[in-house]
Amino acid sequence: MAIDKATVLRIAKLARIEVADEATDSLADELNTILAWVEQLSEIDTEDVAPMTSVVAMKAPQRADDVGEVTPRDELLADAPETEDGFFIVPKVVE
Amino acid sequence: MSALTDLTIAQSRIGLDKREFSARELTDAHIRACEDARELNALVAETFDHALERAKAVDKRLAVGDGGLLAGVPLAVKDLYCTRGVHSTACSHILEGFKPPYESTVTENLWREGAVMLGKANMDEFAMGSANVTSYYGNVINPWRRKGDKKPLVPGGSSGGSAAAVAAHLALGATGTDTGGSIRQPAAFCGIVGLKPTYGRCSRWGMIAFASSLDQAGPLTRTVEDAALMLGVMAGYDPKDSTSVDLPVPDYRAALTGEIKGLRVGVPAEYRLDGMPAKIETLWRQGVDWYRDAGAEIVDISLPHTKYSLPTYYIVAPAECSSNLARYDGVRYGLRETDGDLSHMYEKTRAKGFGAEVRRRIMIGTYVLSAGYYDAYYLKAQKVRTLIARDFEQAFEKVDVVLTPTAPSAAFAIGEKMDDPIAMYLNDIFTVPASMAGLPGISVPAGLSEDGLPLGLQLIGRPFEEGPLMNAAQFLETAAQFTARPSYLTGDA
Repeated sequence: MAIDKATVLRIAKLARIEVADEATDSLADELNTILAWVEQLSEIDTEDVAPMTSVVAMKAPQRADDVGEVTPRDELLADAPETEDGFFIVPKVVE
Repeated sequence: MSALTDLTIAQSRIGLDKREFSARELTDAHIRACEDARELNALVAETFDHALERAKAVDKRLAVGDGGLLAGVPLAVKDLYCTRGVHSTACSHILEGFKPPYESTVTENLWREGAVMLGKANMDEFAMGSANVTSYYGNVINPWRRKGDKKPLVPGGSSGGSAAAVAAHLALGATGTDTGGSIRQPAAFCGIVGLKPTYGRCSRWGMIAFASSLDQAGPLTRTVEDAALMLGVMAGYDPKDSTSVDLPVPDYRAALTGEIKGLRVGVPAEYRLDGMPAKIETLWRQGVDWYRDAGAEIVDISLPHTKYSLPTYYIVAPAECSSNLARYDGVRYGLRETDGDLSHMYEKTRAKGFGAEVRRRIMIGTYVLSAGYYDAYYLKAQKVRTLIARDFEQAFEKVDVVLTPTAPSAAFAIGEKMDDPIAMYLNDIFTVPASMAGLPGISVPAGLSEDGLPLGLQLIGRPFEEGPLMNAAQFLETAAQFTARPSYLTGDA
């Protein structure tokens, strides 16, 4: 299941991380090394084993449906790279 | 170095209550120590003015006998914790300039009991690393050096700044976080105590997420008693974290009875590694003898899936990280690289903002979760995780604690183990299994390597039995009589 250049570019696209063309070969090598190493898990028979879905056995807690504290909008917007009139600004999406 | 920085947390509380010194004096002494130690790069943001103000307020509270459990205790806080209005970046370029408008639950708990924040501690970027060499703010220098060698060593990671700050007496304690060993391994490399509590014991709210099913907050301190004091304040149910567990927080210090007669100590065969330094093997055997001589029962146990823990971890943790780190898109906080359309903005921001190791893990995680591979990798790993947890469940039918080395080596030099990601991952071979099973683990400094570096032994306990675990750890601490001091403090080369 070796990762080639095209797969690296596909993963990079899915992960929304730009990868320079000249970096794809070394990235493919690194990812292949790691995937070859984790491949040893196939030695284990897990046919009748349930996957772990919760680290601690507990019921999901429920809370009363009350209005709680919220962080004021302006405080949250203060960390944003660009805002206007109480909104986050992003590059134009629709022409 | 003034004597105030040599105190333990427990001693400082007694001194403050007896008015032998003020919180202001205690904080002042630690601020000076931090200023003198900038070469270690343990702190990425100093909050000294804030600390002095807090200390003054604590002195007022102490004057009316209302100091709080950690009144006046100067702490370093790992940069993974969100602290209101203060630099909180997980040591990543992508969170450059982020000052959260809220406070993490764990730090809020600490401040409520009077603790004082000295600054934010350096760490591996997003807690991904075992040597503190992936931080955007540069490497941390271990306060320890090999005998007769000036080469700077890594402090371990990811809580490397926290461990270095406590070991160099810049802070009385520090918060860390542990996903696969990030508290225990740096504690071992720096000759201090590091405790990872049971998953769910501390709230993760306001802790910048790496791998949500593994991340857990915990203390780094110079004694087991101090770990008990800090955990008692950090732990507890939090409605804001649905995985935090609604169990009462016991008086952990009261659990430190010193009584270990009849304690059943498990020694797992699978933790004996080829090529492990002889000194670590000897120390481990020494630990077993200490327990046996004091009336504990030694039980040979088997944890057959141990060797699969690390590869399982390197599927589960990257998968969860690829999902958690999707939020860094240049829109709401941190870095933004604008060039072209929205999609390009995301890709360029994330390429520039994340370091190489973080990008690598996001890509691995994206791959193992992608269509067609989910069952082969992620689902498989979650099944193996069940088997790893089952190994421990079966072992804990026969034993009360499990004793192992904390790490397969002592601290290494900056630059070593950097070429091959898997060589670096192997640092966590003894700490990852307990993480996968959600169990509490503690590292206690127990001896020195051939070249004079600290080595730790790890104890793993049953879920939510941090009290008995720390009691067993305190026995080890007393037996080991670890009094060696790092070269940074002794001035030796």
